[in-house]
Amino acid sequence: MKYVRTHLFALAAATAVMTIGHSAIADELSIMASGGAWQDAQRKAWFEPFGKETGAKILEQEYLGDLGKVKAMVETGNVPIDLVTVETATVLQGCDAGILERLDYSKIAPRDKFIEGSALDCGVGLDAYGDILAYDPTVLKEAPTSVLDLFDTTKFPGKRAMRKFPAQNLEWALMADGVAPADIYKVLATPEGVERAFKKLDTIKKDIVWWDAGAQPAQLLASKEVVMTTAWNGRIQNAIDTDGKPFKIVWNNQILEYDMIAIPKGAKSPDLAYKYLAFISDPKNNAKLASYITYGPVRTDAASFVAADALPKLPNAPDHLSGGYLVADTEFWGDYGEDLVKRFNAWLAQ
Amino acid sequence: MSALQPSEVDRPALARGRSAAADADRKSVSAALRRAEFGDRLRSLLLAAPLLVLLALSFGIPIVLLLSRAVYDPTIADALPRTAAALSGWNGQGLPADDAFTALASDLKDDQVKGTAYELAKSLNARLPGARSQVLKTVRKLGDDSGQPPLEIMKSVPFWSAPSTWPAIQNGTRSFTSFYLLSALDLRWNTDGGIERVPPEQAIFVQVFLRTFLVAAAVTLATLILGFPLAYLIANLPKGPAAVLIVAVLLPFWTSILVRTAAWTVLLQKFGLVNDLLLWVGVASDRLDLMYSRMGLIIAMTHIQLPFTLLPIYSVMRTIQPSQMKAAYSLGARPFTAFRRIYLPQVFPGVMAGCLLTFILCLGYYITPALIGGASDQLISNFIANYVNVELNWEMAAALSFILLVFTLALFGIFARILGLDRLKLV
Repeated sequence: MKYVRTHLFALAAATAVMTIGHSAIADELSIMASGGAWQDAQRKAWFEPFGKETGAKILEQEYLGDLGKVKAMVETGNVPIDLVTVETATVLQGCDAGILERLDYSKIAPRDKFIEGSALDCGVGLDAYGDILAYDPTVLKEAPTSVLDLFDTTKFPGKRAMRKFPAQNLEWALMADGVAPADIYKVLATPEGVERAFKKLDTIKKDIVWWDAGAQPAQLLASKEVVMTTAWNGRIQNAIDTDGKPFKIVWNNQILEYDMIAIPKGAKSPDLAYKYLAFISDPKNNAKLASYITYGPVRTDAASFVAADALPKLPNAPDHLSGGYLVADTEFWGDYGEDLVKRFNAWLAQ
Repeated sequence: MSALQPSEVDRPALARGRSAAADADRKSVSAALRRAEFGDRLRSLLLAAPLLVLLALSFGIPIVLLLSRAVYDPTIADALPRTAAALSGWNGQGLPADDAFTALASDLKDDQVKGTAYELAKSLNARLPGARSQVLKTVRKLGDDSGQPPLEIMKSVPFWSAPSTWPAIQNGTRSFTSFYLLSALDLRWNTDGGIERVPPEQAIFVQVFLRTFLVAAAVTLATLILGFPLAYLIANLPKGPAAVLIVAVLLPFWTSILVRTAAWTVLLQKFGLVNDLLLWVGVASDRLDLMYSRMGLIIAMTHIQLPFTLLPIYSVMRTIQPSQMKAAYSLGARPFTAFRRIYLPQVFPGVMAGCLLTFILCLGYYITPALIGGASDQLISNFIANYVNVELNWEMAAALSFILLVFTLALFGIFARILGLDRLKLV
């Protein structure tokens, strides 16, 4: 009896030691992303495989992409997240403001292997996505042929949804007003150009419903609240593929952008965060996201790893670039973003 | 003996003496009373002390600290100490002497090393649109080590020789600033030292404050119109049915405001229940745009605020004896007269308390306008949130909050003055 008891005790002690040892190995990596179908895709393509490979426990959080939350964390010195997904313009803003860590690319991947503009000082690219137009053909009898049909209220009457943000909307307004895509940012850098863009937006202001979160456009289309909406292409494709919605995507005059991920200053496990960045920047892993949401890879050498059935649905598929497109100018938005957001908000409120 | 008798002449003096003695008595009594009360008060204060300390630490101090950002912004002064010294003797006319340029160049170089250049650029940009990229550009140039003398670099950027730049910098080096408070009222200092309105394409806040007050007033009125008869009904029903109605009022009251707002988006949307019903009844010939409209916002806010208006009214109505009305009738008053002269004055404090509560709560609404209102239905809280979360301009957020707080307190003060705080009957 005594013999058994000592053995049981030893076994329990051993288990306890093992558990303690294990919890010390299994680090936690806290990632804040902008939710919805995109976060689901990241979970399947990256969070879960990375967790399996390293034994790290991934803690997920969601937010709307507003840097204020991160600023508050950094300023109070209590940073409960290790990685945060951000837009390119926000990366520049956060980099200047000292909220985001400057990245050491030697711990991630060769910087020249990324598509130009997708590897920044404070943020590394996750994927390439398109700002496109989506509509429901069961509601709109005549199909729009370009994103710029947003501005044609006689041919396409009814409410249209657009993102409550100046980026993309100002570019499209100038394009609809006859500015060539190559000149957009040159014109938008002048006060007259800004004036011209807002004048064009004025013509449809009363017909616009504004969206904040990436999941909203599909909801607004589904509830028939609007007849057409601007959207991130993957969110609409997800509604078509997963929820069986009859939506259609208009690619002509789309705007191409990159999603970014960054490390906030004062993150608690920077080493593990770098490990994660290296993991997702591996060309094979980078291509994997496309299988779960139709966003393209940002590594120039990753295209061959993209699943064959996903390839034609990506925003940078040849078919989707033939009708004219614009690559968002990150530097422009880094320089002028703050002033234009202010102007845009004043315009909205009036 | 007679000497002991008070003489006729002495009487007033004696009376005076007596009253003086009585006064002194009264004073000592009231002083004693005050002493006793003071002890009592001290004891009750001690009992409440933990709560007061908690309130001060978790509520008072953070609010004061945050609000102080509206008037105290040392960003520019901290970032440009040498420039501030060089500008101290400048009269604000034309361009300052070259030593101010050199001072600015060395300050900017330091800021780049310290990492304060961005905050400086942002803060200056709030006063001088376009300054942000100019500051960062100059900082980059100064850090390039091209061998060019700093003064030459400064002179090569036209921004630093523009007429509006240096007054803005001089203004910014003063840590205590009225800039944000003025901006929150769409005002600014002009170059002559007077106050003027900002150009119309930048003016938003006065309009938004007015909108906030208007929406709050409309919602308060709507809850009163709906809540008063309902409160009367509940107060005069037998216990059983009254309890059912009270639960019906309270049930949504206990539900999260976010859930109720989301429920309203389902009801109000274009192909939602409300539109279905209106079409079916034949009131509307086409589907109405209730979502993202002022109408939808007021409907949803009215629903959320109804219990806040109703409950204080109900609590007062319950205390009014039916016999008073009967007495009025028996003395010959018509029902309306009895209602107006007996019932209404007694319910009035409850009505005021309910309306005040709803009005003040409405001034701070955020989630409902964000989800149900359109772009032109956003209230002041939505702008404060935008400055905190998106634009990272916490000084502006503090200024707007400060003005909202002042308005709210002033309103509360006026109500308290009219009614007397003790007459305000909350639940």
